[in-house]
Amino acid sequence: MNNTSQATAKVYVPRDSAARSVGADEVADALQLAAVGGDFDVEVVRNGSRGMLWLEPLVEVVTPQGRVGYGPVAPSDVEELLAAGMLDGADHPLRLGIVDELPWLARQNRVTFARIGVTDPLSTEDYVEHGGLAGLKAALARAPEDVVTEVTDSGLRGRGGAGFPAGIKWKTVLGCTDELKFVCCNADEGDSGTFADRMVMEGDPFMLIEGMTIAAHAVGASEGYLYIRSEYPDAVATMRAAIGIAREHGWLGKGILGSALDFDLHVRVGAGAYICGEETSMLESLEGKRGTVRAKPPIPAIEGLFGKPTVVNNVLTLATVPVVLADGAKAYQELGVERSRGTQVFQLGGNIAHGGIVETAFGVTLRELVEDYGGGTFSGRPVRTVQVGGPLGAYLPTSMFDLPMDYEAFAAAGAMVGHGGLVVFDDSVDMAAQARFAMEFCAEESCGKCTPCRVGSVRGVEVIDRIVAGEHRDENLALLEDLCDLMTDGSLCAMGGLTPMPVRSAITHFPDDFLGGRRTLEIQPVTATGTRTEGTA
Amino acid sequence: MTTSGSDVTVEHVVRRVAARHRGERGALLPVLHAVQAELGHVPQEAIPVLADEFNLSRADVHGVVTFYHDFRREPAGRTTVRICRAEACQALGANSLVGYAREAGLSLGETTADGAVTVEQVFCLGNCALGPAVEVNGRLHGRVSTAGLGAILNGTVSS
Ligand SMILES: Cc1cc2nc3c(=O)[nH]c(=O)nc-3n(C[C@H](O)[C@H](O)[C@H](O)COP(=O)(O)O)c2cc1C
Ligand code: SF4
Ligand code: FES
Repeated sequence: MNNTSQATAKVYVPRDSAARSVGADEVADALQLAAVGGDFDVEVVRNGSRGMLWLEPLVEVVTPQGRVGYGPVAPSDVEELLAAGMLDGADHPLRLGIVDELPWLARQNRVTFARIGVTDPLSTEDYVEHGGLAGLKAALARAPEDVVTEVTDSGLRGRGGAGFPAGIKWKTVLGCTDELKFVCCNADEGDSGTFADRMVMEGDPFMLIEGMTIAAHAVGASEGYLYIRSEYPDAVATMRAAIGIAREHGWLGKGILGSALDFDLHVRVGAGAYICGEETSMLESLEGKRGTVRAKPPIPAIEGLFGKPTVVNNVLTLATVPVVLADGAKAYQELGVERSRGTQVFQLGGNIAHGGIVETAFGVTLRELVEDYGGGTFSGRPVRTVQVGGPLGAYLPTSMFDLPMDYEAFAAAGAMVGHGGLVVFDDSVDMAAQARFAMEFCAEESCGKCTPCRVGSVRGVEVIDRIVAGEHRDENLALLEDLCDLMTDGSLCAMGGLTPMPVRSAITHFPDDFLGGRRTLEIQPVTATGTRTEGTA
Repeated sequence: MTTSGSDVTVEHVVRRVAARHRGERGALLPVLHAVQAELGHVPQEAIPVLADEFNLSRADVHGVVTFYHDFRREPAGRTTVRICRAEACQALGANSLVGYAREAGLSLGETTADGAVTVEQVFCLGNCALGPAVEVNGRLHGRVSTAGLGAILNGTVSS
């Protein structure tokens, strides 16, 4: 073997579950094996993912010039890469250059995701070295009211979908005089096309713990719950490990960082119910009940978990709080447009060439996200539609691609930004089938409390089937329209209330697909055109 | 599985698990997860014991167990294959994976007669940029082709 480096080379291989799903563990093993063999002096660090998921497994080597990336690396590439001098950052067809300088990353404005993919998620040294705890220290030095004001002034809006200002919610909880209050983190992330919460938990868990602790100080809470969906076993394991480490370091527990704050955190695992992402349903589930939606009022801020005042925020909302406190409201506020301040973490998924995380200020257009960052479809066929904001979000045609990402602009266009997930489809998609699926999903996942949602969605599937079959098409389209109205007006929560959004947008923008049998294109088989990774299967 | 060939009864397991979680607020879900982890499913005999432990009616406990997709009333196969059928994976042909499984004689939600494999649908595994995604015994796989799924399913026969 040639090219043996003198000093130990530090190599990063992500431990993010998306990276693992395409072979990151095997790549790390192959590197370790080379080290054990004594041919190479390698220290493998398992970092989070940079969010350039089409390049995973993305291996980074520390060099004097910076971290040089290679990807996507298959386990079978490792030997050849080492021989070629990867540990010195040498040239190779898989070499990507200095990772921080890749245009895809350099163009972004990473605030919440600043550390993710850069550090070892469970290293407290890494965390502090990269700015961790600065927000908590700043918060603990101030009165709770001042912390709430800072968060309000930053313009930070809930990232879980509805975009409610975080500071206003906190103020309500702070104003309650109860002895016992809770901070609950909604980590249910059930929407298709969203994975940023997962990446935060797997890639920078201390940031979320820090954010929840700041929230506890701000509102006077002593206990926190993290409700993580069961589909995310890696996130559950990482958060549990991080909480244990945080306790050992006095970042959780009694007298946090030497202050008067007592706060502890528990992880709870969901059990496969989409509706448990709805905040009141999540609270019911945390109480050990069926996850049915509660009527509001009372709002959870006043009567939440076990009837006590409760902050319920999404992972990204809470994870962004430390940086708001560390850098101040103004710095955050200056990013974004109109009433959509700060950054949004867009998640590019589905049939897309360059899928992953794009964190950038609000106001970026769909076209920039899908075409520039995303590089068009994975299949190489034309883009036909993008569903924005999860299964309850609208399907938008390419003619609307200049719409800026902004809560209000989207609402005005009959769509929603939601959690910032974008799911791209190529021209083989059958929009009647997608509309039918929206109804089917609602029928499957309805909590069952109200009739328009529970029964209406079942009827919705049937009516769409009749439309596609050409039975009394006009009457049935009118019936579907009526059903959508009923679901919108008569549902207790957005599950039934927003299911009409994907259905209506499909009919409005792609009416031809409802004419029955019009679409003759075969669903694109998954044989890759744009990638060399074939998964680990 | 710890039930077979020993005196570890369902009641014993449930009481032990419940004791471990005593003092936790609203612990029914963590207890159900733990029971399922030990027994492979939540058997009918567990319901009255849970009702007793949590001071609930049997109907209440039954209601909780049946509300959540995760809790099984019957044991699963030795391998559980969960195919993501949510939108991002649909955009990359998830339905062709379901079709492929079906052609191999495996219907969603069912366990093969020899107890080798259970194939299920799941809505989103958080791997939406590397779909279609499939989870096999808790392990996530990305960019799964029909051939890849075939290899996974073939692998279950010998296991
Ligand atoms: C059907 C439904 C599903 C939801 N799923 C989630 C979810 O998975 N994660 C989440 O954070 N919020 C979800 N929400 C929104 C929550 O109800 C709530 O608004 C949010 O957790 C509040 O946090 P935020 O203000 O930080 O966004 C869902 C809402 C509905 C109606
Ligand atoms: S709209 Fe659907 S999910 Fe929401 S409360 Fe009603 S039945 Fe439950
Ligand atoms: S839609 Fe399949 S993993 Fe998200």
